[in-house]
Amino acid sequence: MNQDIHVVVEHLRGQVADITYVALAAARGLAAGSGGSLAAVLLGHNDEGLAGDLGADRVLYIDDPALADFNPEHYAGALTELISADPPRCVLFGDTSMGAETAGILSARLDLPLVSRCRSVDTANGALSFVSQICGGKILVEGALPEPVSLVTMVPGHYQPEEGRGAVAPEVIQTSISPRVAGRVTFNAYLEPAVGDIDISSVSVLVAVGRGIANEDNVEMAEELAEALGGAVCGSRPVVDQGWLPTTRMVGKSGKRVKPDVYLALGISGAPEHVEGMSGSELTIAVNTDVGAPIFDVAQYGSDVDLLDLLPVLIEQVQAAKEG
Amino acid sequence: MNIVVPVKLVPDLVEDLEIDESGITLDTSWLRLILNEVDEHALEQALLLKEAHGGTASVISLDGEGVDDVLFSSAAKGVDHLIKLTGLEFGDDLNNHAVARLYGAIVERLEPELVLIGVQAHNDLDGSLGPLLAEYVGMPYVGYVSGITVTDGKCRVLKEYPGGLIAEMDVVLPAVLGVQAAEAPPRYVAISRIRQAMKTVSLDEQAAADPDSGGGPTIDSMFKPETGERATMIAGDEEEVAAKIVDLLGELGKV
Repeated sequence: MNQDIHVVVEHLRGQVADITYVALAAARGLAAGSGGSLAAVLLGHNDEGLAGDLGADRVLYIDDPALADFNPEHYAGALTELISADPPRCVLFGDTSMGAETAGILSARLDLPLVSRCRSVDTANGALSFVSQICGGKILVEGALPEPVSLVTMVPGHYQPEEGRGAVAPEVIQTSISPRVAGRVTFNAYLEPAVGDIDISSVSVLVAVGRGIANEDNVEMAEELAEALGGAVCGSRPVVDQGWLPTTRMVGKSGKRVKPDVYLALGISGAPEHVEGMSGSELTIAVNTDVGAPIFDVAQYGSDVDLLDLLPVLIEQVQAAKEG
Repeated sequence: MNIVVPVKLVPDLVEDLEIDESGITLDTSWLRLILNEVDEHALEQALLLKEAHGGTASVISLDGEGVDDVLFSSAAKGVDHLIKLTGLEFGDDLNNHAVARLYGAIVERLEPELVLIGVQAHNDLDGSLGPLLAEYVGMPYVGYVSGITVTDGKCRVLKEYPGGLIAEMDVVLPAVLGVQAAEAPPRYVAISRIRQAMKTVSLDEQAAADPDSGGGPTIDSMFKPETGERATMIAGDEEEVAAKIVDLLGELGKV
């Protein structure tokens, strides 16, 4: 048992994910409070090159062909050995497609408490604490990070990734751990994202529709508005899952990240998973009948009129302004 | 192929959420619970696989307000076996570790080839149910799945990564898969068919074991986020709001 803080590095096809730098930034404060050191845990195969800009005191590197691409079984297997051999005070992951399941499997397997969706972690007098966001960001929860060992998954938003990058390449320590491979999960291949008619990440005006658009026919009105503005329509997950828009138009955690000049959010509540993909927009105008919707925390301008009443009027006025 | 879908009911975020006097939990007196959205997708995917390969689909839920409606509606969609754990309810301060253990005990008895579960719920505080459940029953887990093909004792899954990238993986059965999206939108079922299911289908009620919440954090306080800089709300009816939006677009040279 020691007081070190570990951050499990998330990487995909040769690139470290931003959430890893966010977790490193969070972990730096924890390590200062716990009195331990900060180690980045890198799992991969021939991936030492990824260690260079990790803002950690050292990098614990586990190299194995079975870790060449993410595999929840192999990641959990290798981390089981690492954590069991010398348990640190905390292990941080991204609350992501890779991190969430690895942390969950380890929590049940090693009987270690797991705190998910942490947006910040803190320390006071050596006591480590967390703030998690639940209910789509409408509720925050605070508590102590359980002793002696806690697993933590981090969501983006509170720390800047730049804070988690190091100016000097940290020492890389190659471990002798190899994952015990049960062979139940096999990685085959990556399938590239579908190429759509329009790349929404390069469009300057986006008309974004969410659940509030109510049905497929109304999406046509949004199309009409986007056309009048010389922009494109995109949407949040529920709209895409309904089949009203192709997946190439999805903005958010598992969709595209966009930074348009104008993001017109229609009937979008602003769940953290969506905001992650659009928070870099220059100007966001949100229309939602729920005045408490988190999207109004992101938008500069907002209205609670019914978007279905607004759309025809707005189309008309935009067309008139263009003609005038 | 036998498939089990364990479900979770969660607060409807359209409603105002209030924190109760204890300051560490939501006020449940006015709380409306709905089926976790991605559980709807897990259920739909189970029905699609059942239709393609035969077998049975079962749904497991804890008790609680609205649970019977969820169960009968899934029966109307084609689910064969409705299991309700009685004696404990959603909202009873049960964390996901506790629910995963309770559901795990049922899954072990049912011995399914596949467990499909929503990849996450918005009120998960101690991880999502899927990987916990998988580990408790000794099955492999892959989450963020948006496509499943089953052949010869294994399944090929599509796992989502950020930016639309997909990883194709093979998983040996039996397995637990965390579903992000079904291959078709969740089907609609008419209320008349749900009413009919209420008359013809019976609930398999089983008493829940004593819950074990080990593995989650203790909540010291719960609060609403401080509203930082909120959006400037545009006053007026839709004509005035549209005019203001056109002004803003005009300032950026977009109209």
